Amino acid sequence: MTLGGFVVRNAFRNKRRSLLTMLSISFSLLLLTMMMSIWRTFYIDQGPPNATKTIITRDRVSLAFFLPAYYRDKIRSVPGVVAVAPMTYFGNVYKDDRATNSFAQVVTDPDEYPKVAPDKIVPPDQLLAWQRDRTGAMVDIELVKKFGWKIGDHLVLQSPYFSVHPEVTIRAIYTIDPPVRALYFNTKYLEESVDWFKGQAGWYITQVATPGDVARVSKAIDEMFRNAPQHTKTESQQAFRLSFVSSLGNVKAFILTICGAVVFAILLVSANTMAMSIRARTREVAVLKALGFTRQRVLSMFVGEAIALALAGGAFGVLGATLLIRWLTHSPVAIGVPAEMKVTLPTMLVSLFVAATVGFVSGCLPAYNASRTNIVEGLRHIG
Amino acid sequence: MAIPISYNVRNLRLRKGLTVMTALGIALTVTTAIFLMALLAGLQKAFVSSGNSLNVLVLRKGSEAELSGGFDAALFPTLKVLPGIAKDSHGEPMVSGEWVVVIVLPRKDGTGEVNVTVRGMMPDGLELRPGTKLVEGRWFQTGQREVVVSKSIRSRFSHANIGDTMDFGKGSWKVVGVFDAGGSAYESEIWSDVNQMASDFDRQGGYSSAYLRATDAIAADALKNRVSDDQRLKLEGMLETDYYAKQTSSGAPIKYIGIVVAIIMAIGSSFAAMNTMYAAVAYRGREIATLRVLGFSRPAILTSFVLESLLLAMLGAAAGILLMLPFNGLQTGTSNAVTFSEVVFSLQITPVVAAYAILFALAMGLFGGLFPAWHAARQNILTALRG
Repeated sequence: MTLGGFVVRNAFRNKRRSLLTMLSISFSLLLLTMMMSIWRTFYIDQGPPNATKTIITRDRVSLAFFLPAYYRDKIRSVPGVVAVAPMTYFGNVYKDDRATNSFAQVVTDPDEYPKVAPDKIVPPDQLLAWQRDRTGAMVDIELVKKFGWKIGDHLVLQSPYFSVHPEVTIRAIYTIDPPVRALYFNTKYLEESVDWFKGQAGWYITQVATPGDVARVSKAIDEMFRNAPQHTKTESQQAFRLSFVSSLGNVKAFILTICGAVVFAILLVSANTMAMSIRARTREVAVLKALGFTRQRVLSMFVGEAIALALAGGAFGVLGATLLIRWLTHSPVAIGVPAEMKVTLPTMLVSLFVAATVGFVSGCLPAYNASRTNIVEGLRHIG
Repeated sequence: MAIPISYNVRNLRLRKGLTVMTALGIALTVTTAIFLMALLAGLQKAFVSSGNSLNVLVLRKGSEAELSGGFDAALFPTLKVLPGIAKDSHGEPMVSGEWVVVIVLPRKDGTGEVNVTVRGMMPDGLELRPGTKLVEGRWFQTGQREVVVSKSIRSRFSHANIGDTMDFGKGSWKVVGVFDAGGSAYESEIWSDVNQMASDFDRQGGYSSAYLRATDAIAADALKNRVSDDQRLKLEGMLETDYYAKQTSSGAPIKYIGIVVAIIMAIGSSFAAMNTMYAAVAYRGREIATLRVLGFSRPAILTSFVLESLLLAMLGAAAGILLMLPFNGLQTGTSNAVTFSEVVFSLQITPVVAAYAILFALAMGLFGGLFPAWHAARQNILTALRG
């Protein structure tokens, strides 16, 4: 029997104990993997390739305040700007108040919007139909599948902010990966029914020529409106998203704290199990040593066992987290979970590495103690 | 007959290392749960302690917050003479028309910008909020470009000490005083004279809200309805306390994330506790059999081991609470979903939070102890005695 085989056999000798330890470790690692994936989505991901050329201009204080319509042409005049589209959040209620029916409804300019969002793929004839129909709407294919819509369907929308119930017709269906699950319709159509909204927009999306232009153009836009009645805040799409996250508070510290607590918890659990399992085998260790196994051999055997257990638990945890996140991002119930969140291979490897390290550390002390056992005393042990 | 609890205590003490490690594992989970609950409790306190139940807040009909409100100043005299309004120290109706705006200030530590609420008020505005005490300097004077800041604003932003000037609106404002709002939502505000503010933000001739002090609770209710029901006014009256209670929804994201994290960690810890208890049972097979021979019943053994697990969990809860206590009162901020400005609040480890933490730990202990205890009680006496 090889050393590896021996280690694995031993690790799963006490099935219940190994199972419980693995379960305990896997739940902790599930949490760790989830936290790391959230971190990656918020702070590391650059978003879709197009996002690196997209910037967003909004009121400096809050998205809740609209910007004047003439800002659009001023933004267009900044060198490096390719296209500008006005955007306003109409609402997210559909049919009833249930969160499962909720999706984002945004008004924009159908003529220019495709230029700032080239990553949304729309058949040209549908796009043209949307642009020609003032009451037309463009919807995500995911929504079409979910609600069983088709081109030409009429939808009645409602909004908590605008007290109108516009009826829109589905004219175009777009595909994008990851899905954004939003509906877009003409800002002119909304202006017709809401007097006070005329000549305003919630925010502007600007497409710049190259990713290198983002910083310069953003700064130029804010500089331009420094003396205007409403100051603006312009940032990359990624930073714009992050600003929602950071408004919740110190999210980074929050995630790090939880990760720290989790890692420490698995360390305790794993060390505990190893101590128990080695103590129960004091006599066996003595026998091994009497047979001529060296201290190093015994030491590496037990440490290997700890690593094997932690790794097995870690694998389950990573699997669980992957499934959970996939469910969350595809579930209509979980609102606000970014659709692009997923567990990537590097995240998995980091999780498993953490598991292995924890296993190693937790096994060291008990294994060291075991390797030092006095043969005669160990053989006498009746634990 | 029940097995004395001292038997369990001694057993836990005998296996010190194991006990401490398992309890620490539970303690970590409890710590996480306390942290999240204390956050929510602090946020709740910031909103619930804000507002006076006798104050009626008046907003434009359909607007949900002071910021999105705004009504014609011509309506104000009508509000002022409504019945049921208390008198202020000058014998006039205690009312205040106010302007609320949000400005952006850079954080002192350079970690970005934060939205801060600036509230312009009439002199009665101070009388309407007796819970707010001046701790340094003096209140702003009517007609002067002066502001008073809350204690937390002073500590979090530069240029917020007495004698400093702050730049917003159309020019600079002199800081003349610092107030303590006792942990309420006002703790995140800057106060000034309403007329000065309105002219700086080009909002003359209107107010974003009005506050009316009613003589008593019944009058407050009547006043609220009277304002809302008057078709000509197109205004909405509400109790100030209700207005703030609604804003606690700002804590919803923390709450949901917190619940998920706490549950996952709790499941993990329960399995660890179960492991420890199984080991305890296995280790004491002969002892349990002896107890049975001595006449202790199966239910007695079962209870005893569940109790031991609960004791272990209690130990963890106590350690968790002790670990978290130093963080009591730690200040943090989150974005207020209603006012778009940052609301400052502190971690509050209230007795309720501690009680929940203990219950949470006990649940873990119960789940972790039940199966091993069942196992112990079902052991065959003869084989166990021989083993």
